[in-house]
Amino acid sequence: MFFGNITIDWNLAAKSFTPILMGGLKYTIPLAIASFIIGLVIAFTMAMCRLSSIKLLQWIARIYISIIRGTPLLVQLSIVYFGLPELGINISPVNGAIIALSLNVGGYAAEVIRASILSVPKGQWEAGYTIGMGYFQTLRRVIIPQAMRVSIPPLSNTFISLVKDTSLASTITVTELFRRAQEITATSYNFLLLYSEAAFIYWIFCFILSIIQNIIEERLDRYVAK
Amino acid sequence: MLSVQDLHKSFGDHHVLKGVDFSLDKGKVLVIIGPSGSGKTTVLRSLNLLEMPDKGSLKIGDANVLFGKRLSKKAVKQIRQKSAMVFQGYNLFPHRTVLENVIEGPVQVQKIDKQEAIQKAKELLEKVGLREHIDKYPHQLSGGQQQRVGIARALAIEPDLLLFDEPTSALDPELVGEVLKVIKALANEGWTMIIVTHELKFAEEVADEVLFMDQGTVIEKGQPSGLFHQPEHERTKQFLSRIR
Repeated sequence: MFFGNITIDWNLAAKSFTPILMGGLKYTIPLAIASFIIGLVIAFTMAMCRLSSIKLLQWIARIYISIIRGTPLLVQLSIVYFGLPELGINISPVNGAIIALSLNVGGYAAEVIRASILSVPKGQWEAGYTIGMGYFQTLRRVIIPQAMRVSIPPLSNTFISLVKDTSLASTITVTELFRRAQEITATSYNFLLLYSEAAFIYWIFCFILSIIQNIIEERLDRYVAK
Repeated sequence: MLSVQDLHKSFGDHHVLKGVDFSLDKGKVLVIIGPSGSGKTTVLRSLNLLEMPDKGSLKIGDANVLFGKRLSKKAVKQIRQKSAMVFQGYNLFPHRTVLENVIEGPVQVQKIDKQEAIQKAKELLEKVGLREHIDKYPHQLSGGQQQRVGIARALAIEPDLLLFDEPTSALDPELVGEVLKVIKALANEGWTMIIVTHELKFAEEVADEVLFMDQGTVIEKGQPSGLFHQPEHERTKQFLSRIR
């Protein structure tokens, strides 16, 4: 029997749990949060360019979004971390990860933000204009608060994907959650146990995030007809 | 206080306004009637530049613009400040309470002190009969109540001119009366108003002047007693007989 000898090394499991979790708390989560915030700024800017009446801005945003969505994150990460030093630009692994992940989020979330802004009825813009607001004031006071409600579910997906995508930073030596697990397997060879443990911690993180998502959605729902 | 000259507007190949002229004195109520597609809503929306006419001129009080080239932001703002719009679909801000809807313009645009704006908003909401609903969200109100909030929101910015775009068309029949009553009260207070409506009986009661439009032009303009009962033009007669 191939499965004959499964014994779980509880001792290893217990000993490795804290370092792997700490990798998550010290790198995975901060990396995800930083990249998400910077990514949203990029995404919002790109969404505004896409919605602009200026053709040049529209095209810049289109090309950016197309490149980000059309290339693998692992390749983007490698270009930033391994490629840029050839141009004399040296970046630390953590900064490299933040740059690549932010650019990636920027591309994906741009379309989410654009779509959620477009989902607000035209009459809301008109209502803003007729009480004397300009474009940006209407956007800020009238459109964005409503677009936010629409964008929470897809942006939550983006964030949850991002948390998992940070595992790719292990390839550029960031000692985040998965890299910690890898390092321990290098001496113990207990792949099944340690990678399952890593998977379990990712799942816990994402589970907590989906609870937070629900709370935010409920809060923003108070003005929506049921 | 208002004059419109030779207003033209096309949407693609469709020539919606083919030279519209009219004027209105301060304190008067003008009602625009006409079949759908006549351009009456486009005229109204042109007055606060929700539609940008291709040609013609518009003067409201001391602000005036000449259409044809791109208007400066300042010119657009000046014209828009003169009027406020009440929409067919209310267009209230769903994420703000009734009170917040009404003070949004005064506080955010006119930079009036918030407490002062709240005080004034409460008075306006009292006037439209919604004093006890100020903390509700729009979706908690009936259509008639929502439209009255829309009216209060328009009044709050103290415009020189009130524009009503088919204010009762989206309402259930039993809710029309409460909204029309408020509009009539405003007319009696001396507000200058332009109303696009299909409510002919109401139009006759509230209007100082009536404009009948068809196919992008003004067919006939006159006092309600004359236009409704002895229309001069065949087209006006047809329209009135069909709608009655």
